[in-house]
Amino acid sequence: MKIAVCAKYVPEATAARRIDPSTKRLDRSGEGALNPFDANAVEEALKLKDAAGEAEVVIVSVGPAKALEAMRRALAMGADRVVLVSDEAAAGSDLVATSRILAAALEREGADLVLFGQQANDGDGAVLWAAVADRLQRPLISQVAELEHADGKVRGKRQTEFGYDVIEAPLPAVIAVSDAINVPRYPALKGIMGAKKKPQETLSLADLGVPAEEAGEAGSRTTVRALNEPPARGDTQKIEDDGSAAETIVAFLQERKAL
Amino acid sequence: MRFLVFLEHHEGRLQNDSLGVLGKAASLGDAEAVLLGTEVEGLAADAGRFGAQRVHVMDDVLLDKPLPQPRVDALETLLGEGAFDAVLFAASVLSADVAAGLAARLDAGLNYDLTDLAVEDGELVGKRPALGDSIYVDVGWSADPRLALFRSGTFEPAESGGKAEVQKLESRLQDFSLAATMVEQAHEESEGPSIEDADVIVAGGRGLGGPEGFAAVEELAKALGGAVAATRAVVDAGWYPYSAQVGQTGKTVSPKLYVAVGISGAIQHKVGMQSSSLIVAINKDPNAPIFEYADLGVVGDLNEILPKLTELVRARRAA
Repeated sequence: MKIAVCAKYVPEATAARRIDPSTKRLDRSGEGALNPFDANAVEEALKLKDAAGEAEVVIVSVGPAKALEAMRRALAMGADRVVLVSDEAAAGSDLVATSRILAAALEREGADLVLFGQQANDGDGAVLWAAVADRLQRPLISQVAELEHADGKVRGKRQTEFGYDVIEAPLPAVIAVSDAINVPRYPALKGIMGAKKKPQETLSLADLGVPAEEAGEAGSRTTVRALNEPPARGDTQKIEDDGSAAETIVAFLQERKAL
Repeated sequence: MRFLVFLEHHEGRLQNDSLGVLGKAASLGDAEAVLLGTEVEGLAADAGRFGAQRVHVMDDVLLDKPLPQPRVDALETLLGEGAFDAVLFAASVLSADVAAGLAARLDAGLNYDLTDLAVEDGELVGKRPALGDSIYVDVGWSADPRLALFRSGTFEPAESGGKAEVQKLESRLQDFSLAATMVEQAHEESEGPSIEDADVIVAGGRGLGGPEGFAAVEELAKALGGAVAATRAVVDAGWYPYSAQVGQTGKTVSPKLYVAVGISGAIQHKVGMQSSSLIVAINKDPNAPIFEYADLGVVGDLNEILPKLTELVRARRAA
């Protein structure tokens, strides 16, 4: 079995994040890391590999050249190799363009199972998997909190606004996992040492047969028009409880017509 | 402008968030809606009352379960027959997947996590908070159709009392779209209003000290006629069910009143509740970040304040 895990290179969680006013894109010049939510997808792939006895886990990413180093964390966890699509022409891709590039890279791999994490911690989109599944014409199960694999099928349990769904799909399939599904392992020292030696391939858009005009801003269908300050909240007040806090709260709620 | 609004429904009821988006569309131009499922034609009248001029109905047993991929096929069919300027969705587990699948299918632009939509100089502009809501981005589209996914709880439904014309649609569903099947749906029966529809929410965090701390939160919620929510930390700790989780990885809510009890108010929580009209926070740590955005912050012991507050609210409401 071959499992592809889609992983994103994101700014370090501790770094201050800013949007570059000239490009209107997230400033990615600082230190980066493997998107922490993608570590759940890597972990689930490794668990499936352990259960199946034999499987290949390949990390597929689209990002800047320096993303390769961050992806080594997935190799250190136990993934077998990395494919990074890195091309100047891909920068600034929106959902439509990113899904096109990623789907091309995944087509090349022909994996039985494509896994996504639940969101990128720098994008708030959490929808890429559905676009990729449509391009690959594969069944999709998203937000999976429990995953089972047997007899060429996967079964995912997930949370919705109303309760739980259990959805089944034949392989090949696309699965997006929730971060409730597992606790990603920490790479062991041996894994970290061995990660550098594992196959790491960098591809251009041309290698995938994706024309440059179908990627980046040229291939995108959304635009960023302006950046604005967030609206200010009204005045805030803070009091210390002197024994009458409950009365103060009730008076406040009545004044604001909330009671 | 001609809008198409994807209406989500559950157990024979249109979802409030969908109706809110429908109202927004009606305020900006000609609003039409699409209803997909089995025996959904009856809901078209409700859609009319909330602003839809026309409702496209596709009734198909293959659309019975809330799975996204056949819905992408259905929308592709509908959009192939009529030119819409924009297709609008209220975010949910289902709708997000439908919107993104459709974006890929049509090579259409999807702007997500929007909190408003406007027509500026004849152009459609979406408003999107980014980077933990520290910056607001005006987003646009460079081609038709424009797809937009709105943050849940963004718009209130507005009843216009109109009537919708019903137009039936034949489905053309693809094989791969039907490959994923619903094996089981266990829908939780929760007491009281669900947090996304609630006007009042009382939320508990780690400061409650343990699962037993939620008893006092539930009492206050009951007295206020509201629902109970929880932070991710306490859901992860098993103190309260995930369905009540508010925040980045849970639900986004915007009630009229949000009472945060024992919640420090990390950014991951803030993004899920900061659009509440009124925020009251009780926390013993005077440096808790929640005090930066609570309309009223109370530094104190929740074990003393909550019971008194509940009693006072009960008395007030009984009066």
